[in-house]
This record gives sequence, structure tokens and C-alpha cells, in this order.
Amino acid sequence: MAESENIVVATAEKIFTDLADAQTINRDKNGAWKAPLWQALTEAGLPLSWVSEDCGGSGASLAEGFGVLGAAGRFAIAVPLAETMLAGWLLAQAKVSAPEAEMTVAPAGPKDRITLDADGSLSGRARGVPFARAAKHIAVLASSSIGFTIALVDAAKVRIEAGLNLAGDNSDAVSFDHVQPVAIKPAPKGFDQTTLMLMGAVARSLQIAGALESMLDISVRYSNERVAFEKKISKFQAVQHNLARLAGETAAAMTAASSAADTIANAISFDDAVFLEATAAKIRCAEAAEKSAAIAHQVHGAIGYTLEHILHRYTMRALAWRDDFGSESYWAVELGNRVAARGADELWPLVASR
Amino acid sequence: MTAALRFDPIRLPPECEVLRKEVRAFLAEEVARGTFDPHSPQGQDSDVPGFSKRVGERGWIGMTWPKKYGGHERSFLERYVVTEEMRVANAPTRRFFVADRQSGPVLLKYAPEHIKMDILPRICRGEVCFSIGMSEPNSGSDLFAAKTKATKTDGGYLINGTKIWTSAAHVANYMLAIFRTSPPTKENRRHGLTQFLVDMKTPGIKVNPIGQLTGKADFNEVVFTDAFVPDDHALGEIDGAWKQATSELAYERSGPERFLETYYVLTELVRALGEAPDTRGAEGIGRLVAQLHTMRRMSVSVAGMLHAGKEPVVEASIVKDIGTVWEQQLPQRVRDLAAFVEPDASNHEILDTVLPFAMKVAPKLTIQGGTTEVLRGIIARGLGLR
Repeated sequence: MAESENIVVATAEKIFTDLADAQTINRDKNGAWKAPLWQALTEAGLPLSWVSEDCGGSGASLAEGFGVLGAAGRFAIAVPLAETMLAGWLLAQAKVSAPEAEMTVAPAGPKDRITLDADGSLSGRARGVPFARAAKHIAVLASSSIGFTIALVDAAKVRIEAGLNLAGDNSDAVSFDHVQPVAIKPAPKGFDQTTLMLMGAVARSLQIAGALESMLDISVRYSNERVAFEKKISKFQAVQHNLARLAGETAAAMTAASSAADTIANAISFDDAVFLEATAAKIRCAEAAEKSAAIAHQVHGAIGYTLEHILHRYTMRALAWRDDFGSESYWAVELGNRVAARGADELWPLVASR
Repeated sequence: MTAALRFDPIRLPPECEVLRKEVRAFLAEEVARGTFDPHSPQGQDSDVPGFSKRVGERGWIGMTWPKKYGGHERSFLERYVVTEEMRVANAPTRRFFVADRQSGPVLLKYAPEHIKMDILPRICRGEVCFSIGMSEPNSGSDLFAAKTKATKTDGGYLINGTKIWTSAAHVANYMLAIFRTSPPTKENRRHGLTQFLVDMKTPGIKVNPIGQLTGKADFNEVVFTDAFVPDDHALGEIDGAWKQATSELAYERSGPERFLETYYVLTELVRALGEAPDTRGAEGIGRLVAQLHTMRRMSVSVAGMLHAGKEPVVEASIVKDIGTVWEQQLPQRVRDLAAFVEPDASNHEILDTVLPFAMKVAPKLTIQGGTTEVLRGIIARGLGLR
């Protein structure tokens, strides 16, 4: 992506550099870094990037927002930026106005269902909802007999069972027990839970790819500093080849994620091409995360296994993000079933469709 | 640091899709007239002069070259489409593919004008086949250890020595080879090699086929005994081939042929598992398709960068590293996933035929055109580790 040319992404990177330095965050035991970071992001209009100006947002393009997510991944950002962006995007689909504070989305997995009851209230349970505890509002996609609806829910009205992902970020179970939403409108025609999951999957793919870029940077730098057996470990061929593989996995993740983002940014609807791109991105980025985290830790040795070192901020998030909005195994089954249903001779035309 | 790694999302322009339809229609016609069997991967390496000439007539060889030399001044992305469609169809591209991919571009850059005017149009017409004379019995990946000598004589050079593992030398009209014109220097062990164009009809060249574990004999030993090569067939700087050899690698290493070589077993896996596979089969197909799609997007991205006049050497090496490892593992994965297909069903007949061939082809994929180890060394250098 042409991030550096992009002013929105450059703004995000500047804020991350100033207020989300990994070393500083890693030393800060009581989370004092969070409030100033969130305030700066809010002032720059980034959490509501994908909400139009007349609905309270900053009206950035999809491409710009995707660029911000990649940058957020490179800095392993642990505030609900991606989640608020997705929530804003979801609300915008039904032209529901977005409030300014932290949000998240439910459901965050393909198997959970929230339903709209006859009395206009919402019921159901969504697991693994990222940053639910930190959110003031939740953007909800609910199903009913008349189709999907998009609702804004006050987070104080739901029951939250706290959980943590691998990186120690909130990942909570959210129960809706006849909750009256703040606002609710029908989803546009054709918008369903798969649409939301694909968008979430691409967001996570971009974050994973970003985290991998940083893992590669940190690992290369470390290998050029660390001396063992009387030379820099970067001079050992075994280490070089591990890092070359890490570069390859990083490249694959960057390509898959940015290709999917580019497809969505230029698509009219979530068609077959988007489905292939988005599922492939989540599958390939998740596979890359597994291999890359292993190599980055191997290169670092014991120091990378400590809480003091920043490496875990990237590796654990890259691994954790695999679970949100459909795991790679889930999407592989979905994609495999689609390919099988199309038939063997239709596989190449699908792959070569763009 | 990673700012150096770029894989921009390239969308193929509309003219590529028009072209893709033309190529598919052409290949369907060729299948209908019996030129090749699309279900037989063994045909890819066959030398079929008639097919080559018809591809040339369509303007699909030397597509990116200047019109002056018979080329068509079309884009790298259009060439990409033709290459991938031919590969997936198992079309017999042996006669023209190497010349189109790498020999032609080298001649364009380094050959004298009269040679360009002579040979390039014939490549474009699909008439001439090239082979690449790099490896020697004691010089494979270590290219700069080459010993085959070019000794200066009146009006040219006398070549003595042996090239080996030379694909298609038995059908090739020409070879692009590197020969030793001077000994290496203390300061630069890469010094002293020169690139030459060799006419395979030259007296003193003997081609001995070498049987491969597939049962075929596509590569050869080529023995030179006082074979005369005229002065104007030396390409580029005398003793300076090492400066030239690397720039062509981006072309050679990142194309669709670097991950599609065993693609046919994936098609046949999908056929064998049927339209409603079990969870294991579906997940397996899904992962393989996701990996394939990502590879292709990486490869297209490199084509886009070449189109933009860049030299993405590291990116191209990454594509070949990941791509060849993938196409090498693919037959094994397909075997795993096909393990429980109903033995009496008929939809795995083609898979049963082609899978053993893919298994046998697999080991060479991470060796030819730059081994995995060499590629990872190049990537490591790009990362600033060497």
C-alpha cells in the first residue's frame, strides 16, 4: 500500500510513534498510556474513519482506513481502534449515527447469533468480542425473520464475562438479554453476518501483516546486534535462512491482506472475488503468523521470551488476532466448500479472476 | 528496513482479460485439433514446433519487446496472462518459453544489432529454441566456479569443457552460456566469466541426454571440443558476466511458472473430492487455494513492478522461494487429502495418473533456476544480513 503518500495513514503513524511506543507501553504497569493515545486518535478522527461526516465521523475512504489498520498492526496497538472503526463501518451501512467513544462489534465470530425479538429487543450471546469491557457502545448485527438489522447498544445494558486473548487484551463474552438498543435500522439488502465477518477478517489480516512487518524488523535488527560464538548471529547461515523465511511469510501476509483490502475498497458488493480475497487473506495471514512468531522468537532466544522485551507484544497479538472474525480453519472450510461446489474446472477461472 | 519489501496490489487491466479470453479460446482450439492433452502434464516439456509457430503468429512470444525486432510492445502484465494460461493448460511451451522469458531479454540488452535483427524475430515467430548453459559438473549453484574455457583465437574463441543439466539442449538451436575467458582475481572470484551466444550447430558440440528419475531425458550433458564462437557472439563485457547475470533473475524467478508447475494435481483433487467434500477435504482445499491465490497475487505484484521499470530482485527471490516450496509440497498434500476418496469412484482417475508424475517432478522444483538455499541467501542480503 502507498501508506507513506497517504495523509490519513501518516497521521496515524505519527500518533502511534509519539504515544504508542512499544518500549514505553511495555514498561507502563498501570496503563497510563491509553487515555492520551485514545484522545489523540479521537481528535484526529481515526476511530470513526469509516463514518461519514453527517453521521458524526471523519469520512475517510475504505482504502485510507485499511491503511490505518496496517499501521495499527505494525505498532501492535492495544486500544479498540480497529474495533471502533469496524463498529462505525457497520453502523454506517444502515446510516445509524455513531457516538464518539470506544466501540466494538458483536458478533465477532461466525457461529454466534444475536436475534431481534418481536418487541424490538436483542437477545443472544457473542463470545470473543474484542475490547467489550472497554467499549461504551456495541454495534450489533442481529438477525430476525425479516432479515438482518444493525443496532447500536449501550454497553452498560449487556452482561459481560471478562476474558483475555493470548496478548492479554480484552476478549469477552457478551450476553444480550432482551436489550433495548439505542438505535436500530434494517441492514442493506444482501448484507448478512458473512459480510461482517469478511470485513472483520480483512481488518485482522491487515493488523497481523503489520505485526509481522515489525517482527521482521525487530528480528533483523537483533540479529545484527547480538554476538554469539564471536560473531553477529546474522552471519550464521541457519539464522539468515530463518530470517529469509520470516521475510517470505511477512511478504505473503502483506500481499494477501493488502490485496483483499484493495479488492473491498474497489468492489461494488461483497461478491465472489471479495469472498476469495478476504478468506484467503485471513487463512494465509494466520498461517504466516504461526510460522513468523516461531521464527522471531527463535532468533531472539531467551530474551524474546521475557515480559521485558517488546517482542511478545507483536507475536502474541498476531497469534491472537487469528481467532477473531472466523479462524483460518473456519474460513478454509468455507472457501473449500465454495471451490468444491463450483467444480474442478472452475477453480482456475476463480483464481485468475483478477 | 521492510520498507524495502513491496508487494503493491496490482489489478490486471481490462486489456488483460480480453487477452485471457483469446488465449483460452486458442488453447481450446489446439486441444480440439489434438496438439496436446490438457490432462497430461508431461506434454509441457514436449517440443511441438507447429504449436510454437501458431503461438508466434498470435503475437504471444516476445510480447514486451520492441516491434523493430519482431516484438509487440505489450505489457509485462499481458505477457503474464499468456504465461499463466499456457501453464495451467499444460500447453507444450518448450520450444519458445526459455527464449521468451530470459534469452531474448539478454540478447536485447547485450547482443550487437545484426544479431538482434537476425535472431529475435525468429524467436517471436516461435522458430527457435534456447537453452541456458550455466551449470558444470563441478559448478552448480556456485556459478562462478565455472571452468569451461573460451580461449581467444583468430576472429573468435575456442570453447572447451562441459556444461551439464542443460534443459532442452537436445532440441535447442542456441545456447546462452557463460565461459571462462580469464582466471578469477584475488579480489574478485566472480571475475573472468563472459556470456556467449552459441549456435548449437557449431562443429565440436556434443549433446548427451541424461535420464531423469521421471523416466524422461529433458536435460543433458553438453561437451565442447574446440567449438568456435565468433567475436560478435560474446555478449556484454568480457570477463564481466557477473554484472549481467543477476539482472535477469527478477524475470526468471517470479513468473507464474514458479508456483504452477504442479497445479494440475490441485484441480484433480477438487474433482476427486467432489462437490460436497467432508470437513477435512474442504479445509484442505481451502487452505491450498488461499496459499495459491496469495502466491499469484505476489507474483502479479512483481510483474507490475517489472512493468513499472523496477528491478525487484529480492521480491522476485521471495516469490520463487515460497512458490517452489509450495508447488513441491502440493503433490504430498493432495495425496494426504485424497487418501479417503471412494476407491471405486471414477472422478479420481486423472488424479491417479498425474499424481505420481507430480511426485517425481517435485524434487527438482527447489533446485532449478536457483536453489532454495541460494534464494534465501539473496533474501538475507536484501535484509541487510550479509
